[in-house]
Amino acid sequence: MSSWPQVGAIARRSVIRTSRQPASVIAPLIFPIALMAVNAGGLRSSTDLAGFPTTSFLAFAFAVPFIQGALFSTMNAGTDLARDVQTGFINRLSLTALRDWALLMGQLAGVVVLGMVQVLFYLAVGLTAGVRFESGLAGIAVLLVYGAIVALSFGALGAWLAFRTGSGETIQALFPVLFVFLFISSMNTPRNLIGVDWFRTAATLNPVSYMIECVRSLIITGWDIQALALGFGFVIALGLICLTLASRALRTRMTRT
Amino acid sequence: MELADNGIEVEGLVREYRKGPRAVDGIDITVAPGEIYGFLGPNGAGKSTTVHVLTTLLPPTAGTARVGGYDVVKDGPKVRSLIGVALQEAALDPLLTGRDHLRLQATLQGVRKDQRGARSEELLHRVGLADAADRKVSGYSGGMKRRLDLALALVHSPRVLFLDEPTTGLDPQSRTALWEEVSLLRREDRVTVFLTTQYLEEADVLADRVGIIDQGKIVAEGTPAELKAEIGRPSVHAIPHREEDRPRIAGFLAQFGEPLATSRDVAVRLRDGLGLTDIVRAVDQNGIDVADLELRAPTLDDVFLAKTGRTLEGATEEAETGQQEKRRA
Repeated sequence: MSSWPQVGAIARRSVIRTSRQPASVIAPLIFPIALMAVNAGGLRSSTDLAGFPTTSFLAFAFAVPFIQGALFSTMNAGTDLARDVQTGFINRLSLTALRDWALLMGQLAGVVVLGMVQVLFYLAVGLTAGVRFESGLAGIAVLLVYGAIVALSFGALGAWLAFRTGSGETIQALFPVLFVFLFISSMNTPRNLIGVDWFRTAATLNPVSYMIECVRSLIITGWDIQALALGFGFVIALGLICLTLASRALRTRMTRT
Repeated sequence: MELADNGIEVEGLVREYRKGPRAVDGIDITVAPGEIYGFLGPNGAGKSTTVHVLTTLLPPTAGTARVGGYDVVKDGPKVRSLIGVALQEAALDPLLTGRDHLRLQATLQGVRKDQRGARSEELLHRVGLADAADRKVSGYSGGMKRRLDLALALVHSPRVLFLDEPTTGLDPQSRTALWEEVSLLRREDRVTVFLTTQYLEEADVLADRVGIIDQGKIVAEGTPAELKAEIGRPSVHAIPHREEDRPRIAGFLAQFGEPLATSRDVAVRLRDGLGLTDIVRAVDQNGIDVADLELRAPTLDDVFLAKTGRTLEGATEEAETGQQEKRRA
């Protein structure tokens, strides 16, 4: 029997589940945009700094919602799967002909679908607010691909945490920790303009900086191959590591013979 | 029909948990095709662990188990393809509807795409959930969840059905409805049913044969009639008018047979040759004041008492207290 219908069925369930929890849909759409609006208003004068890469702080900040939204994907995917472990739903799935990888792929496919809805929403808001892509339509297409990969990778992180801990509460408790990575990054200031040494070092070591800069380059620079390579490289590496860890943890959870 | 077709064979099955006692301690079971086998025992006796091993969710520590002719360790996927399982907690997704669940389960079980809709409809009608099919499961009652769980277990027309305490927590009406459905499955579809329960009545009404398990070991096995015949003699139960008369009545009744441990009334297992009339006559002649006097045929609880020295209810309470103490520690 082909496993693709199983992947589709699990993805469909993931989408239905999220769509029936309004808070899970609305929060990832509204909060990143609200944060961007606050930052764009309050930090507008940053653009006066010598060497700031653009005159529009909105264009500079517009990259952040894409990564912040992915953090919500991590939490949603993780909480959903952890709940399946807690309620025994994973046992129900284990007793079917479902393959381990089909469960993981199905769940992540659902996360990617919802991630794409978020990306399209952020794009619509940004373009309406006057953000222009220096890389043009092709850049927007690359951003859509990047958004899908980011959702997949962060979803895999959530899946790993879920299968490893089996606790939705733990996933939610980890959410602020993940947010720390966002704040200690170049989300509000280019790395070369960060004045505090330790912060600049932390932001330079933080992969999230490169993910933001990848999106940012498409908006304010055009085609920056180095930024794209680093952004895609880090997010693909994160995805591969998390997928491997999640597969192993899932095999332990689905302890069927 | 061969036993291999849809029977169950278990030999010397052991399941040991790390740092724990043997949950299942060397049990042998044979269930014939089309038979309803009742696996009766208190909480913590090893019933659910046995089901988890037979349904491939847990590997055994020792021994062998074959379901439908397939080894549960070596042929896990084949076993899963021919069994339907409703575990103790009906693990359902509260955000999905009954129909969503059936569609998902049908797809995962490999039911052909053109048959999934019809099969879902058929099962929704069969378990009486057609009207609630498009409601989210979060709004279902306990009985409705159990019925949906049964429908999900049947979606791929399994040859062997495992039901782990399917009626625990259900009201009498829902319980009876589920019993009827299980009987129908056996009668019309010749499905083999392995049913665990802690309810004596359930095992008595439904099961062709009963295995009684306590502390991981099978202490008795046979048809309900055979097991009760082993006990043979009936018991007499007296309810005192006044609580303070209880010791006097117990002492009086002791001359007619061996006392039984019961908290509700005063009871003795009658010696051979005695009947209710002998007791009534003696009670009357000696001016013993009782509110009620009843003769009871042996029950499966009597079988459990005879084999373990405890009532099933008492053993369940013991297990629950043990679990609470373990949690506190």
